[in-house]
Amino acid sequence: MSVETTSLPTQRAALSNSQIAMCFVGAAVVMTLVQYLGGLPEWLHRLPERLVPNFAGWLDAIFSFVKDDLGLLVLTRTLTEGLEWLLDASGNIFFGKRRWPFIGPIPWTAMAAVAAIVGYYLGGWRLAILGGGTMLWTALIGQWEIAMQTMSVLAIAAPLAFVIGLSLGIAAWKYAWVDYAIKPILSVLQTLPFFTYLLPAVIFFKVGPTAGAVATTIYAIPPMILMTTLGLKKVSPEVVEAGQMSGCTKFQMLRHVYLPSARTEILVGVNQVIMLCLAMVVLTAFIGMPGLGAKLLAMMGSFKLGRSFEIGVTIVLLAVMLDRMSKAWVVKQPEHFERGTPFWKRHQMLLLAVVAFVAFTLVSLVVPFFAEVGRGQDFSQGKELDNLIKAFLNIEWVKATTGFLRAFLNVQVLIPFRNFMLSIPTPAFILLIAAFALALAGRKQATYAVIFFSLVALSGWWDRAVITLYSVISAVTLAALIGLPIGIIAARSEKWAGRVLLICDTAQTFPSFVYLIPAIMLFGITDIAVIFSILIFAMVPLTRYTIEGLRTVPPEMTEAADMSGATRMQKLWKVQLPLALPTMAVGFNQAIMFAFFMVIIAAFIGTQDLGQELQRTLAGTDLGKNFVLGICVSLMALTFDLTIMKWAEDKKSALGL
Amino acid sequence: MKKMTTALTAGVLCLTPVLALAQDSNDPIVIPIHNWSSQIVMSNVVGQILEENGNAVEYVTTDSQAVYESVRLGDVTLELEVWEGAFGASFREALGKGGIVDVGDHNAVTREDWWYPMWTKEACPGLPDWEALNDCAELFATAETGEKGRYLDGPVDWLKHGQERVAALGMDFVVVNAGSAAALWAEIGAAEADQRPIVVFNWTPNFAEAVWPGEFVEFPAWEDGCDTDPAVGPNPDALYDCGNPATGYLKKAAWEGMEEKWPSAYAVLEQVSFTNPQIAEMAKLVDIDEMEPEEAAEAWLEANPDVWQSWVN
Repeated sequence: MSVETTSLPTQRAALSNSQIAMCFVGAAVVMTLVQYLGGLPEWLHRLPERLVPNFAGWLDAIFSFVKDDLGLLVLTRTLTEGLEWLLDASGNIFFGKRRWPFIGPIPWTAMAAVAAIVGYYLGGWRLAILGGGTMLWTALIGQWEIAMQTMSVLAIAAPLAFVIGLSLGIAAWKYAWVDYAIKPILSVLQTLPFFTYLLPAVIFFKVGPTAGAVATTIYAIPPMILMTTLGLKKVSPEVVEAGQMSGCTKFQMLRHVYLPSARTEILVGVNQVIMLCLAMVVLTAFIGMPGLGAKLLAMMGSFKLGRSFEIGVTIVLLAVMLDRMSKAWVVKQPEHFERGTPFWKRHQMLLLAVVAFVAFTLVSLVVPFFAEVGRGQDFSQGKELDNLIKAFLNIEWVKATTGFLRAFLNVQVLIPFRNFMLSIPTPAFILLIAAFALALAGRKQATYAVIFFSLVALSGWWDRAVITLYSVISAVTLAALIGLPIGIIAARSEKWAGRVLLICDTAQTFPSFVYLIPAIMLFGITDIAVIFSILIFAMVPLTRYTIEGLRTVPPEMTEAADMSGATRMQKLWKVQLPLALPTMAVGFNQAIMFAFFMVIIAAFIGTQDLGQELQRTLAGTDLGKNFVLGICVSLMALTFDLTIMKWAEDKKSALGL
Repeated sequence: MKKMTTALTAGVLCLTPVLALAQDSNDPIVIPIHNWSSQIVMSNVVGQILEENGNAVEYVTTDSQAVYESVRLGDVTLELEVWEGAFGASFREALGKGGIVDVGDHNAVTREDWWYPMWTKEACPGLPDWEALNDCAELFATAETGEKGRYLDGPVDWLKHGQERVAALGMDFVVVNAGSAAALWAEIGAAEADQRPIVVFNWTPNFAEAVWPGEFVEFPAWEDGCDTDPAVGPNPDALYDCGNPATGYLKKAAWEGMEEKWPSAYAVLEQVSFTNPQIAEMAKLVDIDEMEPEEAAEAWLEANPDVWQSWVN
């Protein structure tokens, strides 16, 4: 007996991770086969109902305790009042809400002029045209007021996310314990499905722009924290010493030494904040965010494809404009003038902007069109676009292709694959996931995988979780089959890389709701429509990071390959791809995260997964159940995140990159 | 002296309406707006009536299910369209928790059931009878359903029991749940292009009637107990073996504190009652005539003063 117990560990140690992983896979296969033959007891196949702990009930109790007994609701409602005041004021300025300070709305021409001048200041004529053009489009298409409703909330939410993110980022850099405490919370926040934010936001922060602003802020904070910490850690010791030598106080060090040195990273964080805020425009409409998102949902509800498409274009234009401007701001170094340069020369652009603003405001007092594009004066082509989209969907070969895809891909591939995944006994499934984590990353990640997936099994939503996973895996696989070749081909020339990256930006910021409807019209309410809509979203990071990875392969390496007479294919397969693989893995990971995000939204098409249940909880204010489901999604996403990121890191250090 | 009295009387008389109005709080009444046109226009119509009544009004876009929690908390003051079928469950749950009150019904009936657009009838002439529908089940087949027809039901959370009805009546149909109303419209829109027969869940009053003329399938008529007692209905062993009630309610609801805070507005809300044709017309102004909701509300109020002016007085 004692011999056995002592010999076991040494034997284990001799086995490599991949061998153990193979054993796990073997065990899983055996268990599945036994299940097929009908020999597996039911309790091993699925966790019996009676063993499922009442997590939802417990969470409900905790929630109502924190909410009412600890007085959290009173606190957040007080905060809400302050926030509401801010939102009212910005609402007045942007779209003329009847609140203090009663000066708005700003005429659209004045805004357009300022946008163009800011664009010119940051990046020359191209950005000037982008800035002014976006505003012009928004006004002429008749969406000015709703776009400004959106902007009035973002104008509060984005700075809020910036300030909170920056402060937390500084705290995490200064104190290790903050860093330790924040990291896991951030990971969970980033993987928690959006529907889980909705209910708490409504209960604690009042339905309306306030809840919308809070949900947006929370969603946009994480990258700001990460980028701030990253930037501060990279500040070179010489700069720090210089600061110390000149006798800076602690605060002066931070204000005049650290923050300016970390400027680039912090501004990248700002860029991320802006992009995430715009990504939330449509989703927050469910909890009272006014503007473009709300209008889009209303248009979709009455089957107006053209109008909803136009709103989508506006959102993309706004996002691209803000993205390019903030990126230009990152690159632009502060200007320095000789001592004695007159004020007007130092602030030429600022003065120009003020003059243009005042001039257009005055003109708009005389010419109403310059203040507001009236009803019936806009150039919206909603009806025509409707017909165009419908005509496209009715073309013979489009119908034939989708018909074939539906008959082949759905019936022959996807549905059998789903049934197969559902037929695997729960323990076998967990073993397979553990084997995956073990083979790619290591024992720590495998342990996490087992714990996380066991929790999912304990939650009692196993079948739905598996269906969620099935959609994610199918979509990411298909996305890789399409997105990777595109990335590889595009990376060959700078010109094409630029074009494809622009398409990626567009696909990422175009509100996913807009293409849910065409997806249904193409594929019906089926798994393909669901997977198609995830696919578009998941392809973006795959393509983007493939291009990024291939472009950053050190030129020495490719030259060496050329000199040794490698063919183009050999160079690609033997040199470029292996070196780009760690970066591509990051893209792969992001694709999975995006897919987990999108699969929940696809509940609007019609699914049988966790997203459908989550959607159902919105009706009945089931906070506990809502949270359990959200955590299930989060745990699955985290398992992949931990494993793949560890793998990419290992590979990177092994390659010496 | 007499002059004095007259002046005083006049003064008091002038003040009376002010006093009566002053009972209502100056805080804005918050009206929720959802994502279907009749509700949006109706909210704007009632909002403008309340403004006429001297109240401040604000609109907020919300999810149509989550709104009941907000009404309970008083963040939203009222809700103008509580459909028996779609929101009855959420509404009843909120009533149970407290904070929300029932302000009476509209003079409208709502119906929710299996529905088909007119072109379907050409392919299956026996409609609207449900047995005739079952006989042409294969017309509704899709790649996924094989020989059986596909019936597209509403989102699961609407609890429409399509599955149970198919089983109870022994129909050759597979029930697929759409995820949202928009998904239903997309399927009808796709079917419209090649006039493919389709049978989906639909309801009235609804904008879809104006875009795609159609009819409800006539199932064995609803009897009380059809959902609780297997003996009721043609199949003695099953529940849900009849159609949905053809006359569901359409209610108004309000935050429980509304009556105290805005008594006069609450009195107006109690009076508010729209009929099916009126609701359909409001939806039409937006969906067919492409008006903006506020504009549509103005137009409707102008065209129908006799309907609403008595509510204010």
